[in-house]
Amino acid sequence: MIMKKLDGPLTDKAIISLRSGDEVAYSGVMYTARDQAHKRLADLIKKGKKLPVDLRGQIMYYCGPTPARPGNAIGSCGPTTAGRMDAFAPLLLKHGVQGMVAKGERSNEVRKAITQYHGIYFVTYAGCGALLQGFVKSSRVAAFPELGAEAIYELRVENFPLVVAIDARGKLMKTTAEE
Amino acid sequence: MRKISAHTIYEATKALAYKANIYLRPDMVRALRQALSRERSGKARRALQAIIDNAAKARQEKIALCQDTGLPVVFAEIGHEVLCEQPLAEVINAGVMDGYRAAYLRASIQADPLGRTAKPAYAPAVVHVDIVRGRRLKMTLLPKGFGSENKARVMMFNPTVEQKLIEDFVVEAVRAAGAAACPPFIIGIGIGGTQDSAGLLAKKALLRDMRSASPKPDVALLEKRVLERVNKLGIGPMGLGGHTTALAVLAQTAPTHIAGMPVAVNISCHALRSASVTI
Repeated sequence: MIMKKLDGPLTDKAIISLRSGDEVAYSGVMYTARDQAHKRLADLIKKGKKLPVDLRGQIMYYCGPTPARPGNAIGSCGPTTAGRMDAFAPLLLKHGVQGMVAKGERSNEVRKAITQYHGIYFVTYAGCGALLQGFVKSSRVAAFPELGAEAIYELRVENFPLVVAIDARGKLMKTTAEE
Repeated sequence: MRKISAHTIYEATKALAYKANIYLRPDMVRALRQALSRERSGKARRALQAIIDNAAKARQEKIALCQDTGLPVVFAEIGHEVLCEQPLAEVINAGVMDGYRAAYLRASIQADPLGRTAKPAYAPAVVHVDIVRGRRLKMTLLPKGFGSENKARVMMFNPTVEQKLIEDFVVEAVRAAGAAACPPFIIGIGIGGTQDSAGLLAKKALLRDMRSASPKPDVALLEKRVLERVNKLGIGPMGLGGHTTALAVLAQTAPTHIAGMPVAVNISCHALRSASVTI
C-alpha cells in the first residue's frame, strides 16, 4: 500500500494530483459540519451574509463527534452519511469549500459541482470513530456552539486516513456503487 | 410478587449504556476476524483490520466505538410476578440519560422532529416492554445508529408472493443502503405480523447470535440465499469493494393475516452494539 501525503490547506495542484482510489494521509485542518450546520451555512450564503468560518480551500468533515474525555482532544469522531448533505454541497463548493470527507455515495449534482469547482470527495474509515480519534490533535468550536455535536469544530489532524472516492475529474472510485 | 427497586433498574440501565457503546459484541468480533481471513482485496482487508483495531482502542480507552451512539432502543422483558415500584420506562430513561452522559456518549435525540428546535439530548430511548412469565426482568439495550436505520424498509406483499421476490426486496434494500450504512452489515428480516410488528421483528432479529441459523429450515434457507446474493453485490467493507458486504442474515417470523405478507428489513452497521442484563 502506498499512502500519499497531503497537507492542508488544499491547493488546485495537490487536488489534481490525486486519483480516485488513492489512499491518502492528510495533515492540517478540517471543519466538521453535518445536517444543521450545512442548512445554516446555506441559509447565510443565500441571504448574502458573512459566514462564521472562512471556508475557502478548506475540507468539510461530515462528523458529529462524541464529547472528549478529560485529556483527549476529541471523542469518537467517524464520518456520517454524505448523501444527506448532497442538497447543500454544490453551493458550498461554489463558495470555496474544496474538500469533503464523509461516507457513502454522492449525487450526480455533487459530482458535477466537484469537477466544476476543483473539489474532491474523500471517504474515511466509517464506524471507526475511536480509531480516528487518535489522528485528531486538537479541536475547538468554530461556529454554532448551540448545536452541540452538530456545531462546526475546527480539527487539527495528523495523517488522518482518507480514500479518494471522487477525484477532481469527477471519476468515481471503482468499487463505489453507482446510483 | 417480587419487588425490584427503581434504583437497581436505573443502575443496570446505566451500565448497559456504557457496555453497549464501548464494547463490540463478541460474535461480531469473531465474524470480523473470520471475514479478514477470507477477504483478498487489499482495501477491504485494511478496512476490516481498521474495524477490529477500532474495537480494541474503544475498549482500552473507554471511547465510544462510533460517534453515532444511536437512538437507544431498550427491550424489556418483565416477569408477570415482578413489581417495579416506579413506571418502568421512566426509570429506564433516567438510566439512559445518566449512563450516556457519564460515558461521554453523544446526545443525538431531537425532541422536536419537525421544527428541529430542541437542543439534542441523551434520551428518551424507544422502550419496548413485553410481559413474560416469571420473576425476573431482562433488559437489552441496542444503540441504533441512523446511518443504517435510515435504510430500513417495510413492504406489504401479497400472501401468494413468490419467495424469490421477497429475497429480491431484501437484496435491493442492501444494494441501496450501500457504503453509507457502514458495511459489513448484519441484516435483520421480519416476516409476518402487521406492518409495525414486522419492523420490530426485523430489529429484534439483530439481537440473535450471528452464528445462529433460524430453527425453521425454510427460513434458514432464505437467510443463506440472501447472504450469498448480498455478498456478490461487491459493496464490501466500508464500500471499498470485496466479498464481505454482510456477515449474517437473521430472519424472524410471526403469524400474520391470510390476506397479507409484511416483510421488513432492518440493517445494522458493523458497529453492532447490544448489551443485556437479567435482574
